Amino acid sequence: MYDTIIIGAGMSGLAAGIRLAHFDQRVCILERHYTIGGLNSFYRMGGRDFDVGLHAMTNFARKGTRRGPLAKLIRQLRFNWEDFALAEQIGSSIRFPGVSLDFGNDIELLQSEIAREFPDCVDGFAKLCDSLLDYDDLAGDDPNFNRSARAVLEQLIPQPLLREMLLCPLMWYGNAREDDMDFGQFCIMFRACYLEGFGRPFKGVRTILKNLVRKFRGLGGELKLRSGVSRIHVEDGRAVGVVLDDGTEIAGRRILSSAGTVETLRLCDDITEVDVAKAGQLSFIESISILDVQPQDIGFDRTIVFYNDSETFHWRRPEQGLCDIRTGVVCSPNNYRYDAADGALPDGVIRITTLADHDRWCALSEPMYRAEKVAQYEAAVHSAVRFMPDFRRHIIDTDVFTPKTIRRFTWHDNGAVYGAPDKRLDGTTHLNNLFLCGTDQGFVGIVGAILSGISMANRHCLVSAD
Amino acid sequence: MSPAEIRDEIIDILGDIAPDENLDDLVDDKNFRDQLELDSMDFLDIVMELRKRHRVQIPEEDYGHLASMQTTVSYLEPKMRDIVKA
Repeated sequence: MYDTIIIGAGMSGLAAGIRLAHFDQRVCILERHYTIGGLNSFYRMGGRDFDVGLHAMTNFARKGTRRGPLAKLIRQLRFNWEDFALAEQIGSSIRFPGVSLDFGNDIELLQSEIAREFPDCVDGFAKLCDSLLDYDDLAGDDPNFNRSARAVLEQLIPQPLLREMLLCPLMWYGNAREDDMDFGQFCIMFRACYLEGFGRPFKGVRTILKNLVRKFRGLGGELKLRSGVSRIHVEDGRAVGVVLDDGTEIAGRRILSSAGTVETLRLCDDITEVDVAKAGQLSFIESISILDVQPQDIGFDRTIVFYNDSETFHWRRPEQGLCDIRTGVVCSPNNYRYDAADGALPDGVIRITTLADHDRWCALSEPMYRAEKVAQYEAAVHSAVRFMPDFRRHIIDTDVFTPKTIRRFTWHDNGAVYGAPDKRLDGTTHLNNLFLCGTDQGFVGIVGAILSGISMANRHCLVSAD
Repeated sequence: MSPAEIRDEIIDILGDIAPDENLDDLVDDKNFRDQLELDSMDFLDIVMELRKRHRVQIPEEDYGHLASMQTTVSYLEPKMRDIVKA
């Protein structure tokens, strides 16, 4: 009998597991996939290492910072700052037709860029920074949390183009809702991206996952891979355990699930129908190019470029076709300020993320799927090189992952990267010993997911665990 | 445990929770929150560590007693009096 069964070995499940194992609970993490990480995983192909999710870790903070999400998770999980070995970004850009805004890990850069390109918006931007909700106000009960971020921006920022440009990176890095964004979520992402900024460990997401797993196992936690949960067994209004895909039954006093809201309810054997309309819709393809040069050698020093090819930013599932290439994100993991001792990454890498439709990708026959991966890769690169140096003659290898891949890693409906638009911020369900963590509970991104696991473990599995 | 031993134990716990802080300068009658910027998650950790290490139970309504070193030690003194320091 476990004290807590955790469904999913992503960032949130592993973090929750560490908290509970540290305080002497018997904990088991069950993961359907053959590897850990969920959305933020990694794989090896053709002798090279690839990351699935991670472009950048948001919420950057320098060693010794006392406040903010990164400091909080390091304390809560008893890590050292060195464990994450974060290198700072060189700098990122938001590029729309005819105008580009640079930003970095210091908000002053973005302020000065806005002063140059949108002088009549300087005061409004300052007011916006002042009116952001604090992380402490983000338990979801603040009446401003569910306001429309677009409506708030319209009151403060007179230039529609700047509003679109500010929203673009924040929606790309953490908005599950189409078209608009909850103001609370906007504030979280604004702090995470513009006020705190981006960093990355030299070895990518592996470094973070390796540390999480080592700590979890070191505390006596159990991790079972290839152990998908097919059913949550409910008796008299309480979850009593889970049944694995192979029929094994595991009993637990409580369950913490990172499978997603709809996905978790579907597992419960007291529920016959779930409202799938509430599942998220936004998924991506990622087109990865390996280059025979470092990106900086061809004049590209940007860490991340968020681009959009018109004055209006469209954030929704593609209305037709497999992908919508009008907007995208270019990431080069080479363009961080790595420690001199680490040197440079072995290969030049350009990753391009594009909006994609899960259902259309999954409906393709196997030969068509393979052909479309090539075609959509080319379309994505063709679109992106309008906003960066053309790197195509330097490509020596490519890979593409699609909504189908994301579904395989995360098991989320529709391969929804940021989960469902309506979050369950308190993590509760219809059962009093079944709780949610991860994307559908609230915060997204690596730091957000880890904090989600920590806070749900604290609130539901530690404080009231007697 | 004597009040001095309880104080040492709290210092040890704080060192675990906030390893980068210099706890030598801690002023006993000033709030932890102001000196160390502890938040509610950190206070929960003090409670949980006491439970883990010494089986001391602190109900949620008593968390307010953990505001400063002084109030913490006087709150814990009756609860930890009979615990023998390891």
